[in-house]
Amino acid sequence: MSTTRPIATTRSATGIPTGKLAVWWVIGSEIVIFGGLLASYVMHRLGHPEWAEYASHTNTWFGATNTFVLLTSSLFAVLAHHAAEQGDGKKAAKWLLGTCAGGLVFICVKAVEWTGEIQHGYTITANGFWHFYYTAAGLHGLHVIAGCIIMLIIANDARKGKELHRVELIGIYWHFVDIIWIFLFPLLYIAK
Amino acid sequence: MAEAGTAETHGAHAHDAHHEQGFWSKYIFSTDHKMIAMQYMFTGIVMALIGGYMSYAFRMQLAFPGQSVPGYGLVSQGEYNALVTNHGTIMIFWVAMPMLIAAFGNYLIPLMIGADDMVFPRINRLSYQIFLVSALVLIGSLFVPGGGFGGAWTAYPPLSSSAEYSLTPLGSTLWLVAVALEFVAFLLGGINFITTLMNARAPGMKMYDIPMVLWMIVVASVLFMASVGPLIAGAVMLFMDQVVGTGYFDPGRGGDPILWQHLFWFFGHPEVYVVFLPAIGIVAEIICTFSRKKLFNYKLILYTVFATAIISFFVWAHHQFVAGIDPRMANVFTITTLIISIPIAEMIFLYIATLYGGSIRLTTPMLWALAFIAEFMIGGITGIFLGASGSDIYFHDTYFVLAHFHYTFFPIAIIGFLAGITYWFPKMFGRMMNETLGKIHFWGTIAAFNSIFIPLFILGTAGQHRRIYNYQNFPDLADMQGLRVFATTALLVMLAFQAVFLFNFFYSMFKGKPAGKNPWKANTLEWTTTSPPPHGNWAELPNCYRGPYEYSVPGREEDYWPQDVPPDTAPAE
Repeated sequence: MSTTRPIATTRSATGIPTGKLAVWWVIGSEIVIFGGLLASYVMHRLGHPEWAEYASHTNTWFGATNTFVLLTSSLFAVLAHHAAEQGDGKKAAKWLLGTCAGGLVFICVKAVEWTGEIQHGYTITANGFWHFYYTAAGLHGLHVIAGCIIMLIIANDARKGKELHRVELIGIYWHFVDIIWIFLFPLLYIAK
Repeated sequence: MAEAGTAETHGAHAHDAHHEQGFWSKYIFSTDHKMIAMQYMFTGIVMALIGGYMSYAFRMQLAFPGQSVPGYGLVSQGEYNALVTNHGTIMIFWVAMPMLIAAFGNYLIPLMIGADDMVFPRINRLSYQIFLVSALVLIGSLFVPGGGFGGAWTAYPPLSSSAEYSLTPLGSTLWLVAVALEFVAFLLGGINFITTLMNARAPGMKMYDIPMVLWMIVVASVLFMASVGPLIAGAVMLFMDQVVGTGYFDPGRGGDPILWQHLFWFFGHPEVYVVFLPAIGIVAEIICTFSRKKLFNYKLILYTVFATAIISFFVWAHHQFVAGIDPRMANVFTITTLIISIPIAEMIFLYIATLYGGSIRLTTPMLWALAFIAEFMIGGITGIFLGASGSDIYFHDTYFVLAHFHYTFFPIAIIGFLAGITYWFPKMFGRMMNETLGKIHFWGTIAAFNSIFIPLFILGTAGQHRRIYNYQNFPDLADMQGLRVFATTALLVMLAFQAVFLFNFFYSMFKGKPAGKNPWKANTLEWTTTSPPPHGNWAELPNCYRGPYEYSVPGREEDYWPQDVPPDTAPAE
């Protein structure tokens, strides 16, 4: 089994590199998944005014901290892309590790936050609001973890100066994960 | 494994000296799009046989209630539900999807656009592997304690969300996991299809030079991708309800069971067009080749495809007219549902216009293609009764609905597949199928198919509800048993005729007449390479000079003009 790429992969009838095109389509499909989930949540929320009371038990400060952490990590992803464009794989890898660290901090903050909430009895089965709270944030968290793992692989290649175009691709994905959080934060924390 | 065994001997004469590969890397872990297409196709055929066997078991129970079914045994009430549910699930997700989109998509996209493979061969392989796991999980779900899921392929909660009601704690969860995995497989595959068609076309192939079937497969992939998201979200919620104990769909705890219906049908109705488009695309290729005419108004057909795809997102609630939705909403969805028949009807008119005045050759693939149009029309016209909310209130959940959607899905999944396989078989295996056997199979299948479902229309209009284990318990319906026996007998005949196809298929694969490069004298690029194509498809990748349907061009000696022939070699313009 050869690992050489088919000629098809190198063609570009649209002018957009194939990898980038695919990442955009991945993001398109993800938008619909999160769109379905969040639309269901919004419909329920509008139909249940009493959920505002449940939502008041979320801690906005944890959410705000995580928003800040994720936005900062996105900045690192941009810097990694900048370094990769200049052909500096080592620097790109370093910035990617910084982005990854942001993801890790995000997950740790989440863990602390959820532990407290679960100890107070706000578990996923408590009521409709907490169903959505854990499911939506959990699905988002899985995307953060997946993004970190892929980023480590790409950083490892970039360190050796290989596949530098992928630095931009993971950056696009990471911004998307960031934007999902930008939607989750007001919907789950701020709206009370 | 069936697919490996049959493909192996086919490979013996497709031997390619500089790509010597072992058995595992060639047949099981191949990244070659043609081999992956074969894997999808053979898995689909096996699943179709399983789904057909299920229909045999439950139809026998309906015709001869309470008697032991030969080759199955007694069908209990729970098993009956599981058989009906999994028959539907298998036929849509594990037969129609893999055979039409995945098998033909994988096989045709690189060959028809003049590329050596898909743009992401390893993701392609991963997509099939996930699909195979999903099929195994689904089959496994039938054998766990409590039996397979029996809440219908639509899996409405609260029946599906609580083991207390469904009585299949493991079966329903495994069913859900299998369906979700299948979605992941097709999302990966779909992204590959879309990017390949967008980026990897041969030099010179412009947007309107793409064969219609590829447009349709790719529009179907986009449609699938844009509609399946909410159902994936819904599947996560349903999974949480089943396993974690949340109450998303439990009205007693602030949930809403109708939400699932919206999420399901927001996907479920576009899904009809996801499988319809590749099938009608296959038909487009065949009627052009066998009527030796240019596709009538290529661009208008393309616009009807786009219109169908867009409108299909605004019709879903016509499945929910009796679910307690607002009657004003029912009016809106009645109107959108009737509107979607316009582009479909337009498309059919354009196909008939393509046939008009052509030199029609009634080969087996052509017969299947024409049958598709005729049979699908019956499905489409009966759909108007169901799309109008007034008549739907009476017809809802009767055998009229069942017969209606079998008149759409059977043409799509079975006739569409058979049209495609009889047309591209020479390319896939390098040999011709037997025409006489093909025609015997065609007439047997078509006659039997109509004999199954026309009685079911009659039963439905008489008020016979779906998903009933034994109609003898209903005095008003018991005396119509004759029609049920007739339909079941026709099913037995139809299943028996499939043996003719399977024999023809495997016999021709080894003993058929050698096909040569272009047995049908068709224009599209896949016919310019050897049959079967080697690894990498062409020694030198072709260029494209014209549209795919230049048949019977005036002034040319031959009545076809392949896409890869440079203009200066043409005798006269």
